[in-house]
Amino acid sequence: MGTYATTQASNAHLTTPTRLTGAEILWATLVGEGVTDVFGYPGGAILPVYDALRKFPIHHTLVRHEQGAAHMADGYSRASGKVGVAIATSGPGATNLVTGIATAMLDSIPIVCITGNVSSKVLGTDAFQEVDITGITLPVTKHNFLISRAEDIAPAVRYAFQIAKSARPGPVLIDITKDAQQATALFDYEAARPRPHRDHPMRKFEDSSLACAAELIRSAKRPVILAGHGIIESGAMEQVRTLAERAQIPVGLTLLGLGAFPASHPLNMGMMGMHGEAWVNHAIQEADLLIACGMRFDDRVTGTLATYATKAKKIHIEVDPAEINKNVKVDVALVGDLSEVLEQLLPRIPGRDGSAWLKTIASIKGDAAVRDIKNLPDSGHLYAAHVIHDIWRITGGNAIVVTDVGQHQMWEAQYYHHEQPRSLITSGGLGTMGFALPAAIGAKFARPDKEVWVIAGDGGFQMTAAELATIVQEKIKINIAVINNGYLGMVRQWQEFFYERNYEATPMVSPDFVKLAAAHGIQGLTVRTRAEVAEAVNAARSAPGAFLLNFKVEKEDSVYPMVSTGSALHEMIRRPGKDSLVESPDDK
Amino acid sequence: MLHTFVAYVEDLPGVLTRVASLFRRLNININSLTVGRSERSGLSRLTLVCEASAEAGDRIRASLFKLENVVDVDDIAQAPAVTRELALIKVATTPQNRSQIFDLVEVFRARIVDLTSESLMIELTGVESKIEGLIEVLREDEGRILEICRSGKMTMRRGHHLSSVVRAMDAGLAEPADQPPDAPEDSAAGELE
Repeated sequence: MGTYATTQASNAHLTTPTRLTGAEILWATLVGEGVTDVFGYPGGAILPVYDALRKFPIHHTLVRHEQGAAHMADGYSRASGKVGVAIATSGPGATNLVTGIATAMLDSIPIVCITGNVSSKVLGTDAFQEVDITGITLPVTKHNFLISRAEDIAPAVRYAFQIAKSARPGPVLIDITKDAQQATALFDYEAARPRPHRDHPMRKFEDSSLACAAELIRSAKRPVILAGHGIIESGAMEQVRTLAERAQIPVGLTLLGLGAFPASHPLNMGMMGMHGEAWVNHAIQEADLLIACGMRFDDRVTGTLATYATKAKKIHIEVDPAEINKNVKVDVALVGDLSEVLEQLLPRIPGRDGSAWLKTIASIKGDAAVRDIKNLPDSGHLYAAHVIHDIWRITGGNAIVVTDVGQHQMWEAQYYHHEQPRSLITSGGLGTMGFALPAAIGAKFARPDKEVWVIAGDGGFQMTAAELATIVQEKIKINIAVINNGYLGMVRQWQEFFYERNYEATPMVSPDFVKLAAAHGIQGLTVRTRAEVAEAVNAARSAPGAFLLNFKVEKEDSVYPMVSTGSALHEMIRRPGKDSLVESPDDK
Repeated sequence: MLHTFVAYVEDLPGVLTRVASLFRRLNININSLTVGRSERSGLSRLTLVCEASAEAGDRIRASLFKLENVVDVDDIAQAPAVTRELALIKVATTPQNRSQIFDLVEVFRARIVDLTSESLMIELTGVESKIEGLIEVLREDEGRILEICRSGKMTMRRGHHLSSVVRAMDAGLAEPADQPPDAPEDSAAGELE
């Protein structure tokens, strides 16, 4: 990934106050914050920054669209836990970042976006490529800055990193006018340190609440842990596991929580919610205690609130006080960093026999395995479930999988079993199509040692397919699986279920993805039958460069189970027992 | 119900937008908003009144706190507090009715702050109902009121009260969470002092 001229001068800036241009101050501060990779796209208002880049040991990846830069910074952060950085010019460059910033905001991902802006003298005059990007991004950032003086750059950047990482993480944008980039100022890295982070005053988990939570856990007959993304952001995997094991509590996961608790663990029930496993949703509805860890009772995991887990007391452990009682009224709120709270709570939790409840859940599973499409014999049809199951099997579950949004995303969640945190990268909150390919590029930069797979639908892949060129230019190895069913599959599924199969605007013509890849200099294969899957996956893995697999899957398959909007969590649409699509002599 | 939030915010460009934007996003109309300098340099104090469900109070307060430029937020709710509003009312006058208005001003304990041959300006401070009362009486004569300018509500808790956050700032502490939280109950005790 390139070599950089690490000059002594660039490091000297960090220890000795030096007079630098604003552009140099920006890079020097990023170096000080530990940044090694940025993703961006140049333009007029950010040119001074680009001009100064060569003096600093930072690798810049040229993207093909600024949305890609934001997603790459996001993927970089999700894969590593570090802060991702995206750079764009003013105007359209800045507005193109917005979808990526909102994606990071909804999933609480720490990224810092830097945009150039026109000179401070012409701010607000509709100058060429001027846009009020701090105004535009105000509701989709944790905070943003408009900087018009070189001396304000270092403090803003350091403060931005602190904000992005602290408490509930999120994106921060710094808009720097061109004259601030060009002016000079004394750069003093130490003096630019932000004031210590102030904890939210409503964050508290006092003794009485901890005692109350412990008592609820002790006396519960049918407890369930709801494991969310906060476990990964807080690094509380061990504590949650200890809690589950000691008190023998089964664990259901949110989409973004996958990987926070090992998939193979006997207490792991799987994913909950709209496309969660039936037994997980039933267990939640039957539970007498929910212990929500770093999750926010999103509408995709609760179904209709009026009927959600009505028999259960609720303990909510969450870092953001604004999430308490937002969707679901809770009995005990422990507001603070999850690992800190659990460290305080665990000594109060004695061992507990949970076998009766675990047995009940096992019996709820019932015939689920029979209905599972992946267990059906090969009928000559290719299902996404088979593809993803095979990718999981062949990669040993050790890859970082980056998904797009839609049916394939849910199948990934169901059939790729994640043992490790940060091994699934997916846009949950905003549901951003086009996320997978750029986010995977970011993930590969963060974890060059890891095997990275993109799993995308034919729709979402085309939204950001231009980033294939970025992969080639950066010479990185990413495996791409396009789950190609010729439809915008999830929308088609909704049309099938709720709009009388009126497939309006969902059939989709796509280019030959293998030829598209070839045009970029990327190898590829088209796969049409189940028998070819394993060989193709192996071919992709063993190829030296990036590789694209075009899986032509069953066109009208649907994701089951499904809790339709407005239904209770236990009222699921199940896969038809005898699905005509899979009926063949072999099925008997 | 009517919520009254009192907040200390950093005196910087765009801060008011951030506060207002939070209510806009929740589709909550701000009934009244006053901002001015506070006793601390670099900090403005604002009083914001809005209509929202009873349960929304905690979440709005928590969300306001999440704004980087917001230093402290107090949800006055039903706590004992003094609320005042300032109104400037310009009234058309004739030599005939002038003395009648003078009497009104006397009764309402308002002041005349400007007087010309054709108009006079009344300054009135008080609770909302008092201001509404004077305006109502003045309106009995059609066309008499020329202009009304009202400040919106300013609220301060009764008794000795200082938030844990501001106390911590004064003490130069970095961790205000260590301080006892200022529950609304504080104010009742404060009133006795």
